[in-house]
Amino acid sequence: MSAVLPAQADAATKRVDHLTVADMVEPGSRVLDVGCGDGALLQLLAERRNVDGRGIELSQAGVNECVASGLSVIQGDADTDLVAYPDDVFDYVILSQTLQATVAPRTVLEHMLRIGRRAIVSFPNFGHWRIRAHLAFRGRMPVTEALASAWYDTPNIHFCTIRDFVNLVEVINARMETAVALDQAGRPVRVNAPWWFWNIFGEQAVFLLRRK
Amino acid sequence: MASRTVMRPLRLSEVDHPSSLVMRFGLDEPLPLDCGVELAPFQIAYQTYGELNAQRSNAVLVCHALTGDQHVASRHPVTGTKGWWETMIGPGRPIDTNRFFVICSNVLGACMGTTGPASTNPATGKPWGLDFPMVTIRDMVRAQAKLIERLGIDSLFCVLGGSMGGMQVLQWAASYPERVFSALPIATAAKYSAQNIAFHEVGRQAVMADPDWRGGRYIEAGTRPGKGLGVARMAAHITYLSEQALHRKFGRNLQNREAPTFSFDADFQVESYLRHQGMSFVERFDANSYLYVTRAMDYFDLAADYGGVLANAFQDSKTRFCVVSFTSDWLFPTSDSRATVHALNATGGSVSFVEIATDRGHDAFLLDVPELFATTGGFIDAAARARKLPQAKVAEAKVPEAKLPEAKLPATSGVADRETPHLPQGMPEQAR
Repeated sequence: MSAVLPAQADAATKRVDHLTVADMVEPGSRVLDVGCGDGALLQLLAERRNVDGRGIELSQAGVNECVASGLSVIQGDADTDLVAYPDDVFDYVILSQTLQATVAPRTVLEHMLRIGRRAIVSFPNFGHWRIRAHLAFRGRMPVTEALASAWYDTPNIHFCTIRDFVNLVEVINARMETAVALDQAGRPVRVNAPWWFWNIFGEQAVFLLRRK
Repeated sequence: MASRTVMRPLRLSEVDHPSSLVMRFGLDEPLPLDCGVELAPFQIAYQTYGELNAQRSNAVLVCHALTGDQHVASRHPVTGTKGWWETMIGPGRPIDTNRFFVICSNVLGACMGTTGPASTNPATGKPWGLDFPMVTIRDMVRAQAKLIERLGIDSLFCVLGGSMGGMQVLQWAASYPERVFSALPIATAAKYSAQNIAFHEVGRQAVMADPDWRGGRYIEAGTRPGKGLGVARMAAHITYLSEQALHRKFGRNLQNREAPTFSFDADFQVESYLRHQGMSFVERFDANSYLYVTRAMDYFDLAADYGGVLANAFQDSKTRFCVVSFTSDWLFPTSDSRATVHALNATGGSVSFVEIATDRGHDAFLLDVPELFATTGGFIDAAARARKLPQAKVAEAKVPEAKLPEAKLPATSGVADRETPHLPQGMPEQAR
């Protein structure tokens, strides 16, 4: 397993996790972005990687924005709609900051690796030291800048840590090709750091997976 | 030469000699129909709006619904009402006639100038009646393709339509993928459901049970099966609305009275409204056409023509699709649209899909629903960029704001907004 460096130069204007994802995608490939929001990542991938992109988005406002900017996006839900896609139609299926909001993360991940040859997953790390500290010292569910909702109205129902995710990857028998942890400033955590270090100092993580 | 033996009422004045444009196809250009008959001669009545550009790349074909016609953005010659889709089509509208050359033709089997059962059968000099061959959605599209060819257009920038119009859109995309750059099927399905066939059958039986139908020969008899056709329309009209919309607008309110009359008079507003819908419909539509066109919808099952697999209908299609459904549409529920989307996904096609939240039922596609215009406008503009067509001028853009909640909009049309149900204003009643 190796780590890649995100294109730091664009960090001021683009989301670092998006740039990290873009670095993982081979130019000219077919991509499905699950939970594509306003289509920013798909746009970036089209510009930088010349991908043939598709999206799924839950909110009508998000879909409208995507459609208006020329993207092919369907209104739908990761939990219910991935099942309708045939095997192997995409090179990459991306789940950007959405895993924790799915009802059945394992099933979603398995579908992603069925539909696409590779899956790219980015998620907030619930094992980050701030979150641990919040829970340890205040005794309450953490509310941070990255995870801004209170427990009772958050869409995020399945938080996990980086270690938890690595465990899930083993459970579903997938292979990790690349993993990147980003700290609070969006910088990659030291490449050679051990997992426990990533799991404490990575605020979010981006994984590139493939079928075994 | 055939001599005309009967005076035709107003609703039939458009049948052989429509006041719109007409394209005539002679005996040397028969139209092969799915039922095996070769129809010749035949004619297609159509309207156009806007100008075809030099590259002939900006043509948009609008496909109309069950009882619609070619008068999509201009005054109806029989009823005098405005075009049935002027919210969608016109200067500065999502389908901007300043930018696009818009074509809308009357479907085969209808009664506004394209050949149908009310047209004069050249072999007998009398109306075709039930001797007219059965037509299908695919036949309608074949006829349109001949018209488009005659107009010298190789490739349509967009084909769009709602309900039965959407069925034609899907058929176009399947039959002539290389001639459809973008497709916008709205509130429609790739196959007509059992429940919907059942409703159609109720309507047809109502028509045929009317003694004035005369076995389909009512034009020669000088009668018209208005009662039967009116009942058919009333039953069908319920399917175009939603329970919520009916409740919101009519509830159990009484019509111009304080108390029930203990009779079968139209005590309730909803009854009065439906009776009006039935009565006004028979003034403008031919009963036999209603039989034929509803039958064409019943027979529609696009997948059946492609080995039962809908995805095969769109194999290798380069067309850009935008599929739209409405939450409260129970005639063509969202699950129907999703089936189309899934088929397109399976082929790796370019497809967008939006389910618009509204309580206005199937009718929503004809009404002032800002989210519909935002979606279609965005899709059309993006497709126009991809086709290198000129962009909309900002000053002309009159697409309504997307994010206004529907309830706050000044509602000007549709069943939702009527105070006097027996006198509807601005209802796009000739469209479905």
